[in-house]
Amino acid sequence: MSEVAEAQGHAFTLSGATLVARGTGALYWPAQSLLCVSDLHLGKSERLARRGGSALPPYETQDTLQRLEEEISALSPKVVICLGDSFDDAAAADALDEPALLWLQRLQAGRKWVWIEGNHDPGPVGLGGTHLAELTESPLTFRHIAEAGGSGEISGHYHPKAAIARTGGRARPCFLIDAARVIMPAFGTYTGGLRSQHAALSPLMEPRAIAVLTGPVARAIPMPR
Amino acid sequence: MRQLPQTFSDWFAGRGWQVHPHQLEMLARADDPALLLIAPTGGGKTLAGFLPTLIDLAEGEHKGLHTLYISPLKALAADIRRNLETPVEEMALPIRIEDRTGDTPSSRKRRQRVDPPHILLTTPESLALLMSYEDAPRMFAGLKRVVVDEIHALAESKRGDQLMLALARLERLCPGLRRVGLSATVEDPPALAQFLARHPDPCHILQADPGPAPDIQMLRSDTPPPWSGGGAAYAIADVLEEVKKHRITLIFHNTRAQAEIFFHNLWLANEDGLPIGIHHGSLDRTQRERVEKAMVQGRLRAVVCTGSLDLGIDWGDVDLVIQVGAPKNVKRLVQRIGRANHRYNAPSKALLVPANRFEVVECEAALEAVREADLDGDPRGPGPRDVLCQQILIAACAGPFAAEDLFDEVRTAGPYADLTRPEFDACLDYCATGGYALRAYDQWQRLKQAADGRWHLRDPRASQLIRMNIGTIQDTDTLKVRLKRGGGKPLGEVEESFAASLTPGDTFLIGGRIVRYESLREMTVEVSRDPGRKPKVAVFSGTKFATSTQLSQRVLRMFQQESWPELPRHTAEWLALQREVSRLPEPGRLLIESFPHDGRMHLCVYGFAGRNAMQTLGLLLSKRMEELGLAPLGFVSTDYATLIWGLEEVLDPTPLFDLEALREGLDGWLAGNAVMKRTFRGAATIAGLIQRNTPSARKSGRQATFSSDILYDTLLKYDPGHLLMDITRQEAMRGLVDFGRIEEMAARVAGRIDHLRLDRVSPLAAPLFMEIGKVPIEGEGSARLEAQEAERLMQEAGLV
Repeated sequence: MSEVAEAQGHAFTLSGATLVARGTGALYWPAQSLLCVSDLHLGKSERLARRGGSALPPYETQDTLQRLEEEISALSPKVVICLGDSFDDAAAADALDEPALLWLQRLQAGRKWVWIEGNHDPGPVGLGGTHLAELTESPLTFRHIAEAGGSGEISGHYHPKAAIARTGGRARPCFLIDAARVIMPAFGTYTGGLRSQHAALSPLMEPRAIAVLTGPVARAIPMPR
Repeated sequence: MRQLPQTFSDWFAGRGWQVHPHQLEMLARADDPALLLIAPTGGGKTLAGFLPTLIDLAEGEHKGLHTLYISPLKALAADIRRNLETPVEEMALPIRIEDRTGDTPSSRKRRQRVDPPHILLTTPESLALLMSYEDAPRMFAGLKRVVVDEIHALAESKRGDQLMLALARLERLCPGLRRVGLSATVEDPPALAQFLARHPDPCHILQADPGPAPDIQMLRSDTPPPWSGGGAAYAIADVLEEVKKHRITLIFHNTRAQAEIFFHNLWLANEDGLPIGIHHGSLDRTQRERVEKAMVQGRLRAVVCTGSLDLGIDWGDVDLVIQVGAPKNVKRLVQRIGRANHRYNAPSKALLVPANRFEVVECEAALEAVREADLDGDPRGPGPRDVLCQQILIAACAGPFAAEDLFDEVRTAGPYADLTRPEFDACLDYCATGGYALRAYDQWQRLKQAADGRWHLRDPRASQLIRMNIGTIQDTDTLKVRLKRGGGKPLGEVEESFAASLTPGDTFLIGGRIVRYESLREMTVEVSRDPGRKPKVAVFSGTKFATSTQLSQRVLRMFQQESWPELPRHTAEWLALQREVSRLPEPGRLLIESFPHDGRMHLCVYGFAGRNAMQTLGLLLSKRMEELGLAPLGFVSTDYATLIWGLEEVLDPTPLFDLEALREGLDGWLAGNAVMKRTFRGAATIAGLIQRNTPSARKSGRQATFSSDILYDTLLKYDPGHLLMDITRQEAMRGLVDFGRIEEMAARVAGRIDHLRLDRVSPLAAPLFMEIGKVPIEGEGSARLEAQEAERLMQEAGLV
């Protein structure tokens, strides 16, 4: 693949659908003009502060929306799917400030917008768009947590990360991809990652699974286990 | 003016002891508000500090806490308690002495708050915790004296700043408190006195007789040291011989990894089965205590150790100190040498063992400096503001406070004497609201102002989290190491990055034994015993000190000699060869060599600015090389030189060294740098933005870590003027970045750059190739290589 194409992302097929794992951490389905992002965790700093924890810098919602807007401007998708844990909890969704709400509305305007439920945000949020437990867009199914035996499945939840060991690089958020499923990296600014070696991830992925590292260039490597 | 009561002089006489003049002088000045005693170890320093207390308390009239003793080590607090109990019992004094550290059972801690002993021995962290309780005024009521032991060591870190803030608070609870500092030899006693005393109280400095000059030499071995590395394996046989000739030998190393390797090699060669132990900060506490106990009981002939034995416990019978590896700093060397022969008036005996050729030169320079009593050291900066932030939170835990009162109190602490009100207010604002430019939500507030203007915690339950995270000691991210079988016996800790580099089956050294990596579970590295195989080396590091400016300059001056009769022949010949094929670095010039090696172009810069500054220089130069399309791939730095390799040759290095350009590059680029992120992590933890310990983590045993790198990136983007960013920049410039020494170097060199293009590696540069700690550069060059590697992996796995 040429450098230019790589910069756009890593293209692959899942159940016959051609998808692109982008360096930004978003998944793009050109044939359906569909953009999928996972685990935005908007309002994370608000929730931590509210619970008497750290007073983290309150900029992650702004930063996450900024990067989402850049993806939407670059691709003009007809459909946007937020794959669960879009909000750190229901109260965090309620606590979004006016500028953030207007910003979300602006992003939603003129396209189909789907909120998939996550474990952090199980109930509906009053923020426009459709709210679903999961969504099937044949041949793919979008749900928050991967299910054993799923196929053509796009999920989030685990926020995997991985590194290219021999070059001594740092671990970066990554996609895990095999013939049956994609596990997406988190798109949220304050959302950390789980190393691909973790015991929770190995059983979900086939031996020949790959990891696509996010970054300026999306880089495919065999999934580190 | 006080004198020694009869009971006491009888007791001294009964033990056949002479009262030292400085002990009497300490007694005579017992009513001074502050006193600093500088005495060698073994000079009856501790007793000198406690005499006025024991005499006061001998009358039996004092109720409650009388004297607080602070030591940097828990073990030292316990040791001093045992030492004090001897005179107290023998003179039948009505005095209760207890220690209180993180290891004290909580039932006793509770009792101590209700019914404190006469003398309480504790650490800066335990004191800070005590000050955070609402009942602190009751507990400390009647306190007369504070003794700060090993104050020279405390003053070198933020623990000292925190302690001085705690003393400022104590002073308000107990007006008229007397302070005594006990210190080893330091280069600038008045600065230390100012640090200790309540500002602006005077502080008299007492210098005890330093005793006879130390007997210190370099090990002369028939085997020449290797070109690089820190193992000093070549000297094992000679060191063993020395151990046999002495009663107890302390063998100091600069890093834990080196101590481990040396200990391992020592055991392989220890045919007589001499009892030798190992002691360093990464070992499990029970293991360390076992070694300490064996030492006290005289069951060991030698201990291989690191800075963890720099302080404290009086081993008494140590008659030889061996320093393996370059001493880096003359003052610390002198203090280490002082660990031998604690008996007063006997010369300390020490041996320097250079680990490689370069260190032979540095050891010789250090010997000269010790003989001339030319101690080095950098002046202390102003009191760090992250520690102040923690102090404000601690004050809030103890109860509502008025900003003016707290500001006045803080300014009585020596390190904070010059703190301005705006600086203080910025810290208060950070504690109260997070200090963000975007001030949106009420729930970010940790402190609120009541109607009377006093500040208090918004949620009183927050005090638990604050108390759990008191302290300024920065651990690198470490993982515990346990044996997988045999009840999960804890062995010690390794750095997270080291653990991440292991694959099952790898072996490494810990606590002197070889273990095999089995798996990583939660935050624990599980290992099994693996006797008899060659270990993959553990790289968990102790503190890395930079070689001091004074010592570096001495080395440069030595290079200018015509010949080096004082150096072993192998080293003298090496320097002569360098002079022949290239040049030796000179004090007022900068030597740069470039040469091809192994298919890459190399640039070697002999800056002599100390490890941290050379590291920064490596980062800055490689950044400029990247901009110039020279595709640098990585670099490695030592205290003396930086070696950069890349795909293209540097034809003219002069433009790379333009100081203005370097400084500009520093601001823009440094921002995204790992060193800054590491510094930020420290400041953010101390100031309470992120917590190392949380109640839920304590329950689950899992560490709650939030990536401080992400917070740093976020603040850099949205709030670069935030207090913590400001603190980070200020600290990095002094500490890990050490740009000051780059500027110093640039001034020294003043454009006099000698660039030599060689066709091969020079003798002086060769050892750099074997240095560990190579820094890869993420740029065009690495992207090219990374793409190749990703491709190779995919092909190998048959995935393309």
